[in-house]
Amino acid sequence: MTANISSVADTAPPPDSPPTPAAVPEDIGPPPRARSKIWIVRLVSIFVVIAAWEYFGRQVNPLFMSYPSAIAKAAVALVKNGELVTGLLSSIKTLLVGFVSAVIIGVVLGLLIGRYRYVDAATDWFVNALYATPLVALIPLVVLWFGLGDAAKLFIVTLMAVFPMLINTAAGVRNVPRSLIDVSTAFAASEWQVFSKIILPSAVPYMMTGVRLAVGRAIIAMVVAEFFTAITGLGAMIVKYGNQYDTASMFVPILLLMILGITLTSLAKRAESMFAPWRGADDE
Amino acid sequence: MAGDAVKLSVQGVNKSFRVRGRNGADDNVLHILGGVSFDVREGEIVSLIGESGCGKTTLLRTVQGLLKMDAGAIRVDGQTVTKPGRDRGLVFQQPNLLPWRTARQNVEFGMELMGLDKAQRRARADELLHLVGLGHAADQFPHQLSGGMQQRIGLARALAIDPKILLMDEPFSALDAQTREVLQAELLRIHAETGKTTLFVTHDLDEAIYLSDRIVVLAARPGRVKKIIDVPFAHPRPVLPELRGDATFQEIRAEIWELIRGSEQAAA
Repeated sequence: MTANISSVADTAPPPDSPPTPAAVPEDIGPPPRARSKIWIVRLVSIFVVIAAWEYFGRQVNPLFMSYPSAIAKAAVALVKNGELVTGLLSSIKTLLVGFVSAVIIGVVLGLLIGRYRYVDAATDWFVNALYATPLVALIPLVVLWFGLGDAAKLFIVTLMAVFPMLINTAAGVRNVPRSLIDVSTAFAASEWQVFSKIILPSAVPYMMTGVRLAVGRAIIAMVVAEFFTAITGLGAMIVKYGNQYDTASMFVPILLLMILGITLTSLAKRAESMFAPWRGADDE
Repeated sequence: MAGDAVKLSVQGVNKSFRVRGRNGADDNVLHILGGVSFDVREGEIVSLIGESGCGKTTLLRTVQGLLKMDAGAIRVDGQTVTKPGRDRGLVFQQPNLLPWRTARQNVEFGMELMGLDKAQRRARADELLHLVGLGHAADQFPHQLSGGMQQRIGLARALAIDPKILLMDEPFSALDAQTREVLQAELLRIHAETGKTTLFVTHDLDEAIYLSDRIVVLAARPGRVKKIIDVPFAHPRPVLPELRGDATFQEIRAEIWELIRGSEQAAA
């Protein structure tokens, strides 16, 4: 019996060959002591940047720049008077509703476009053109149609987020491995069974990538929409305090958006790997 | 052992492929199969062997229904078949497991299509995983398992729908030599337990002789039956390394070799 270098607990007979490349132990990175060294470097770097910002920030004219301690004070004030929370909730509402709409529309259209070549031919020129257009250019038009309220913001967020969702879903449907379709054909599956049991599950990783990209674009769209409609939300707060030259207060929603962006995209990345555990650590 | 009833009847199967000519030249018609006929009896293992291009995989896929033949008749238990059906189970050259399903769920695939209820499916899947020696891996995903294990699951999946005939398309050729020998022996063991009529495509002479009750040697261009050879060894058979030492084994091997080489030279 040959020695087994399997990474799987392969204790039961019969002896099998060493694992195929798919089952090779994953690279788990540097050893523990090196890893904590990396974290120390990171923390020191963060500390240095914040300290430098604090020091040099105080030297600059407060009309143009602020520094961490002033921002912290402004943040406390904004939380106390409720403005920050209201703004955050308003932004999140816009983001959520717009994002979910984009996902639903994007998935449905993506499935149709990916599955039926004639639907694809009918719509591909339109989809590609719109995807390539800097959608920011369309915002004044949207404001013309929907005014300055929530409807306009929602439309902008949905419009920007729907394209990565649609395109990735369609790609997922198109990229189902031929061999897996052959399996379903060999087992005499019906059209619906092929779709629900092979095509759809196979497309899920692509759809999750679409979700991740859509999240990023939705956040951008939300902020830009709020700049233009400038009534509620974090984007509106940025514009408002910018106009007042209150840079300390202006930084608060900016940093909050940064945190929001980091949180949402890392959640999306987690979801992506959760739904596709059989994929390697793919990029994009 | 093998009964006398004909399980699978292949008669006069013809198949051509149209291949696009290069640089706008006329399409070429590749006449892959030119009238292949043979029978497979109940409970036998029959191998299809021949040089590359003899159409053995094309023939197998035509029997499964993945390809449509241009002429001929294929009958299972006397009934003509033209489309894929669950009376014929196919094991592919690559395992082709659904990567998002566990081993057990993969084995359940065919049964799901048939509409069997969950409890039945699970019980049968566990039974078959145990039969192929993978009872302990039921909840693992294909990417966590070796090639040999994945191929066993492929076999379990095909057996799960209780087909009348098992079709195997060079199922061990993608594996290393040692795993191959293990799985060959396993296949004989499983066949002894299930008695499933099996049609097996291979390019490995030793494998063909070791596994089969009869061997159909195909000539190429166009594919047709050159000779059908009886393999006289009784079951259970000794392991392949031992069997190789047998004089009859070597005679049969030499005969097949000549048949294949002869047709190659004739074509050259």
